Amino acid sequence: MVVLRVIFRQFDRATLIAFACIVVILLIGALAEPAFLSSDYLLQQLHVAAFLGVSATGVMLVILLGHIDLSIPWTIAVGGMMATGAAGILGPELGVVLAIPFGILCGAAIGAINGLGVAYLRAPAMIFTLGMNAVAQGLMVYHTGGFAPQDRATPFMRELTVGHLVPGLPNPLLIWIVLGGATMFMLNRTTLGRQIYAIGNQERAVFLSGVDTRRVIMICFVISGACAAATGVLLAGWANRSYQAMGDPYLLPTIAAIILGGTNVLGGRGKYTGTVAGVILITILQSMLSVVQPQRYFAQLGLDIPADTFRQVVFGLVIVAMLLLYGRQKALR
Amino acid sequence: MSGITKHYGGVRALENVHFEANRGTIHALLGENGAGKSTLIKVLSGVVQPDSGTIELDGQAVEFANPTEANDAGIACIFQELSLLPDLTVADNIGITRPPKRFGLIDYRAQRRLAEEALARVGGEGIHPSTTVRELSLSRRQMVEIAKALARNPKILILDEATSALTAADVEKVFVMLHKLREEGMAIIYISHRMHEIAELADVCTVYRNGQKVETFKAGTKSDNAIVEMMIGREYESVFPPKTDKKLEAAPALKVRGFSWQNELDGIDLDIRPGEIVGLGGLDGQGQRQLLLGLFGTLIGATGSVEIDGKPVKLSSPKRAKSDEIGMALIPEDRKNEGLMLPMTVRENLSFASIEQISRAGVVNLKAEEAAIDEMIDLLKIRSDGIDGPVGALSGGNQQKVVIGKWLMTRPRIILLNDPTRGIDVGTKQEIYQLLQRLASEGAAILFYSTDYDELIGCCDRVLVMYGGTIVRTLAGDQLTETNLVSAALNLPAGTDETALAARAREVAT
Amino acid sequence: MNAPTETAGSGAGTGRRRFEMRLSVAQRGILVAIAIFAVMFMAYAWKQPGPLTANIVNTASNKGALLALVAMAQTLPVLVGGLDLSVGAIFVLANCLASTVVVGNPVSTTFGILAVLLVGLLCGTINGAIIVYGRLQPLIVTLAMGAVYFGISLALRPQPGGSVNFELADFMTNSTLAVPHSAILLLLVVLFIWIPYRRSVLGRAAYAIGSAEQAAYMSGVPIERAKILAFALSGLLAAIGGLLLTAITYSGAAKLSIANDYTLNSIGAVVIGGTSLFGGVGSAIGSIFGAFVMRTVGDLLIVFDINPVLQPLFVGIVLLVAVCMGSLRVLRIKNKLDLYR
Repeated sequence: MVVLRVIFRQFDRATLIAFACIVVILLIGALAEPAFLSSDYLLQQLHVAAFLGVSATGVMLVILLGHIDLSIPWTIAVGGMMATGAAGILGPELGVVLAIPFGILCGAAIGAINGLGVAYLRAPAMIFTLGMNAVAQGLMVYHTGGFAPQDRATPFMRELTVGHLVPGLPNPLLIWIVLGGATMFMLNRTTLGRQIYAIGNQERAVFLSGVDTRRVIMICFVISGACAAATGVLLAGWANRSYQAMGDPYLLPTIAAIILGGTNVLGGRGKYTGTVAGVILITILQSMLSVVQPQRYFAQLGLDIPADTFRQVVFGLVIVAMLLLYGRQKALR
Repeated sequence: MSGITKHYGGVRALENVHFEANRGTIHALLGENGAGKSTLIKVLSGVVQPDSGTIELDGQAVEFANPTEANDAGIACIFQELSLLPDLTVADNIGITRPPKRFGLIDYRAQRRLAEEALARVGGEGIHPSTTVRELSLSRRQMVEIAKALARNPKILILDEATSALTAADVEKVFVMLHKLREEGMAIIYISHRMHEIAELADVCTVYRNGQKVETFKAGTKSDNAIVEMMIGREYESVFPPKTDKKLEAAPALKVRGFSWQNELDGIDLDIRPGEIVGLGGLDGQGQRQLLLGLFGTLIGATGSVEIDGKPVKLSSPKRAKSDEIGMALIPEDRKNEGLMLPMTVRENLSFASIEQISRAGVVNLKAEEAAIDEMIDLLKIRSDGIDGPVGALSGGNQQKVVIGKWLMTRPRIILLNDPTRGIDVGTKQEIYQLLQRLASEGAAILFYSTDYDELIGCCDRVLVMYGGTIVRTLAGDQLTETNLVSAALNLPAGTDETALAARAREVAT
Repeated sequence: MNAPTETAGSGAGTGRRRFEMRLSVAQRGILVAIAIFAVMFMAYAWKQPGPLTANIVNTASNKGALLALVAMAQTLPVLVGGLDLSVGAIFVLANCLASTVVVGNPVSTTFGILAVLLVGLLCGTINGAIIVYGRLQPLIVTLAMGAVYFGISLALRPQPGGSVNFELADFMTNSTLAVPHSAILLLLVVLFIWIPYRRSVLGRAAYAIGSAEQAAYMSGVPIERAKILAFALSGLLAAIGGLLLTAITYSGAAKLSIANDYTLNSIGAVVIGGTSLFGGVGSAIGSIFGAFVMRTVGDLLIVFDINPVLQPLFVGIVLLVAVCMGSLRVLRIKNKLDLYR
């Protein structure tokens, strides 16, 4: 009974709307191209979605607290570049073995500094994390500028993104499923989860209830940094190399996915299933745009419009539309 | 106003209420919290719109979509929560609603004159118009608030608990001003919980209960008891459970020596035995809150020694104070911001402080949680639509019960209460008094701060009266009377007569 | 120490305190920003190999004015208690548009300028309208709308290029009697946009909203109009910045890195300029000096012979330090409960 109720409560209105949107988009796509409903295509989409899903997992925790992490782009880059460059830093043998943990650890360190600033110095998260993003960028530019770094992914990183540990299930998807399951369990069943939601609602009350709120905030920022870095590691494996701007296209989709899933931007409310739905929705939207190629129609009209225009405009508008649908605050009274 | 009805969700706030205020009278509104007074005022001042009913001003039907329209029609309201803008200057605040303009821009010189005049009218000449409101004390801010309302030259002036933050001297000034405004023909609507203020000020009183009008009568025609009966709707019986004779020989559960902090607490000594209810009294703001917070570990740099069951401890944080070793609980004064997470469920709120106790390795045991919550709901008779609804949907009294329940679930041995009955109905108050007696009889040591003298007298075995950050007197047994409490609160020797008390009250205030 | 000296000392102390009392928090913020800028610029002038020619001052002014305009644009949303992540995108959009329409004879150039300013105003108004009528968080709305505006810039200018009326461009970027025209432009913006705004009812309403929105509502402050105007003017100021950029580069470019860089730096400039990120306190004038501080960081790196690729690192550190300065109050707090508001 209890378990059923817990499962049932994972699907709030926003989550259902997001899942409904996914189905509608797929059906519309299928009218033009029946292959959209094939299991191959769907699995491929989930495979791609996993990258976004991992980074969104960490940021969601931070948003639930009522803060935000704008250092995602360069934390992703740090994850990827430190993992591929580990051989140059830790030595050729150790660097290959520890490449992945090292990359993730560097991301966690950035998260820890964010946590330090937000939780202990009480700096506004949006500014502090934006500053950290610039610092991470500076460090990475220095890293590539100072000496020629190793930017090739290790064979294990490659295997992690393209292989199948469980037959039929791409590894990144497996990683996302495991990470997502753990996060869902953490949010719903553990004291930490309760405390995260509570801080997002009323931190003062949480502090007076005898909870070390700073520790909770710290943990969430560290997880956020680690998740972003893990995304970077996966992306580096996927592309077989790491590069500076690899995280740039991820900030907007990550935040968008979380918000489309119904998580309150001010914190305290949101379900992980919603974030899953948001991630899949964003991924499919992206895929649709690249398949439909609206720029071709404009080219026929003699207008040369880059594909990225549509991606940016559609993302922006979809976020605003979804927010208007269920992200509104109460009117003043 | 006639036939005003307003519902919030399923909750009826006002039902078919008629109300009249005449020029040149001071009309007092009485009623318990949640009786509908505040909603009525909000409707009248355009903050909320009624579901049905009409408002007439000087015989003309009017409708207000927002506070600005009500303002323009000549209705000025001074709310319980201050409506001042802390980062703006006093003059800016006074001129914010209708600023004097020149060439389309704000005329600062004219605005300053306006502010000076308005301040002079309320007797706040000492306030400089170009200071930032943030730098003023609460009492000064309240004076600015009143000046701000007057600067709009209203026809109707509404004061909703506007004097609660004022010092006695300022209250006098405001009363003189209100009497003068009445002579000038203004209609004044006055809400206060202080009966003596109403007796001194009002011409007409109206009592509300459960969103309905009970009666309108001329001031001075009913006794205080009769009015209280009207407000609570039943006989005003003794609300306090009888005190039991206790033999308190056990060693103190909480022993505090020389507790000091900043300039606000100075050498506090304190002993509370298991089973004892110790009250904290005195005027508001004499360090009582700081003492409770300090014991609960939120004050940095507090000095002095604290012993729990004879063992010296260091109270460094609420987390530490809550630990098994100390076993302390603090029921905070502001339940909306300090006690509860309003949008979260009753379940999550109730089990929040004791969550570690019903968890293993950080995983919540849902069955144990459910059992503990059921027990607490039975004990406290919390009325809700189910434990999975948001706690914000409960009534104020039930919310306060959830705060108390949340802390009782940690099985505390020392319970600190910071004015727990403020703003809740008489029925719930009574239940809380009984609960305190019961907890004490089970061996809890209770430290109870209240701004209500009756409560201190009715509930406590001993009352420590604070003044200027120290405990100036301990009252117990027969000594525990209202006169003694008041004289001690003003730091007078025992047995002072009434006139001396009043004189002293003014002195302290200034 | 003898008694008379002590008296004299304490007298001076109270005098100074009284002087400080008269300065508002915002004015103090401006003074601090000016002081930091003065110190940094002197260090720059001293380390600078040659003498400080009018040309060098002019170049510095042009670069500083660009960021100053965007920082002023950022100040308005921050004052009402929001943050605008789209100022950089509007700046880039104005740049791309100007490189297309601010061309030809004086008449078409004038219409082109008007079109650019109007588009900036429109973008800001759209932001404001969505935030007010949609009752949404400024941060997320401007993040999303920033993507839309950037997308449009890409459509206007898929490849960097375009051109601009050269006479206008030269006039905007030159100097007369060693006074850079870009500095005069800033002065004009302050005189004809900022000061009237600051003294208007809606301008003060912006401060009121940032200070305490609920109380402002209760006081009958026109909240919706004031918020929309703040964002609209922000768009306008960013567009003026975009126009100046076009005059400096003679072309337009839709680069995400430019948009992000200016958004980031504008926030840093606002913080250094003494504007509270919680709203209600601050001034666009402080932001101007904050912008000059941010720009001088880059120049200092060059004269002190530090690898210029490290610039983002230093900008980030300046931002972190500025934000942490605001957090110094944490150390003074004696009641932990005051941390949680």
